Amino acid sequence: MMKTESNSFLYIFRGGADPNQMSPEDMQKNMDAWFAWMGELRSKGHLEGGEPLQDGGKVLKGKKGQSVTDGPYAEGKEEVGGYLIVTARDLDHAAELAKGCPIFQNDGSVEVRAIRKMSDDLAAAE
Amino acid sequence: MNPEVNQLVDHLFRREAGKMVAMLTRAFGLDHLQVAEDAMQEALLKAIRNWGLGGVPRNPSAWLMRVAKNRALDIVRRETNFRSKEKELTAFFEQRPESAEDSVRFDEEIRDGQLRLIFACCHPDLSRETQVALTLKTLCGFGEREIAAAFLTSEAAIAKRLVRARRRIREVPITLDIPAGPRLAARLDAVLQTLYLLFNEGYKASHGDELVRKELCEEAIRLVKILVDHPTGDRPKAHALLALMLFNSARLSARADAEGNMLLLAEQDRSLWDRAIIARGLRHLHRSAAGKEISEFHLQAGIAYCHCAAPTYETTDWRRILSLYDMLTEIDRSPVVALNRAVVISNVQGPEAALDAIAATGSRDSLDGYYLYHAVLAHLRYAVGDFAKAAVGFRRAAELTHVTSERVFLRRRLRECGKRNAENRKNQRTEG
Repeated sequence: MMKTESNSFLYIFRGGADPNQMSPEDMQKNMDAWFAWMGELRSKGHLEGGEPLQDGGKVLKGKKGQSVTDGPYAEGKEEVGGYLIVTARDLDHAAELAKGCPIFQNDGSVEVRAIRKMSDDLAAAE
Repeated sequence: MNPEVNQLVDHLFRREAGKMVAMLTRAFGLDHLQVAEDAMQEALLKAIRNWGLGGVPRNPSAWLMRVAKNRALDIVRRETNFRSKEKELTAFFEQRPESAEDSVRFDEEIRDGQLRLIFACCHPDLSRETQVALTLKTLCGFGEREIAAAFLTSEAAIAKRLVRARRRIREVPITLDIPAGPRLAARLDAVLQTLYLLFNEGYKASHGDELVRKELCEEAIRLVKILVDHPTGDRPKAHALLALMLFNSARLSARADAEGNMLLLAEQDRSLWDRAIIARGLRHLHRSAAGKEISEFHLQAGIAYCHCAAPTYETTDWRRILSLYDMLTEIDRSPVVALNRAVVISNVQGPEAALDAIAATGSRDSLDGYYLYHAVLAHLRYAVGDFAKAAVGFRRAAELTHVTSERVFLRRRLRECGKRNAENRKNQRTEG
């Protein structure tokens, strides 16, 4: 498979919001850690975009999406809190970049997924 | 959201925590302090989750306050014991602005809420140590670990103290009323005493983390400022306390050298004293002179100002300081005050007179575990040439102190005693 010079990856953030023991000052330090991590991604040109998600939402299921429920109502740990799109060499590199994320201080997780580019698929199909 | 803003004002979360709790307890009542704290906590958590990825909102305070209010309303709707108050609470929050930018009323609301909380946290039905812990937790946004660090106790002990405090609030019950009429003076006195204690915990270099202690001083000053800015607390004695705190905090940064070693007042670089803070202190000292009352805060502020005003140690107006101490010992018969007075006497009348004054002090036994007592005695004995006894005092003081920089200082003095003692013996031998 031909690699383009850079690839895009999606970071999916889950949880990371149950620090009962954290004082406001601790939380501000955590905030600073986020800024530092994001700042580094940005300054090194890895950051393509991303946004936090509001709580709640709607989940549609069924043949015509006729089953609509409020939700996802997952536990704090499971709920997706936001996403980022980053540029990295490959999946390992993208995972490496995610290691500095402060969400781990609060028991959260980052799912790293390569974004499939349709041009790659065509190359693979040939 | 502004993704370019990637840092927050120092202690923003802590400050905003105090404001949110003040607003929320106004709505829910102090008996639901926990609800207010939970809603505040969740607002801050939400900020972490959103600002990290999305950047800081244009007005972070308003953002937090809105989240905390919405959270509070969720609680009202969900929990049955608030059902009956739902309309009332909804109306409360709807009428309240969310930030100073939205309304000039906001600052007033917050100040009013904080004032009520100050009176409640420093309620005479709570023990003094509970008052201090509760004040730091609710008004200053400190965590249990931070309070524990400031008081050299365990986090569990602080947590237990706060649980008991909440129970006591419900039992008494302690409400958020602003005291008025004849009760006001006594309640205000209790508040001033507690804030004075809070400041001193920070100011005295006896234990704990240097940074935490500096923050205690800042918080105490901030709270007294809230007090004097409100008609209820705008009293001469409160201004005197604020002046005292400002004069002392202006000199904090000069108390140690670059290596963190404690410096005596005589050794301090006075150019490091913060003139702007001293000027602020002086304004409050003037306002403290409005009434007839001369409280211990007035006298201590006067003493602290004499130090601030002196260009050098030698040119300090020791006579004036001594007369202030004479008045202070009339009000406060504590041996610690007597000890400080003795130091001043040594500057006015010499070390012998100071040693006599200490010898004449009652209840000296209570000072025996106090490192400063031994250090002062040793200093005076050194000054009269009794190096052997001075050495004993410095050694005892070095054993008693918990602060490394003080111990280093006292050991240095101890070595000087040894040197002078050896010189004396040598001279005696030569003479003999």
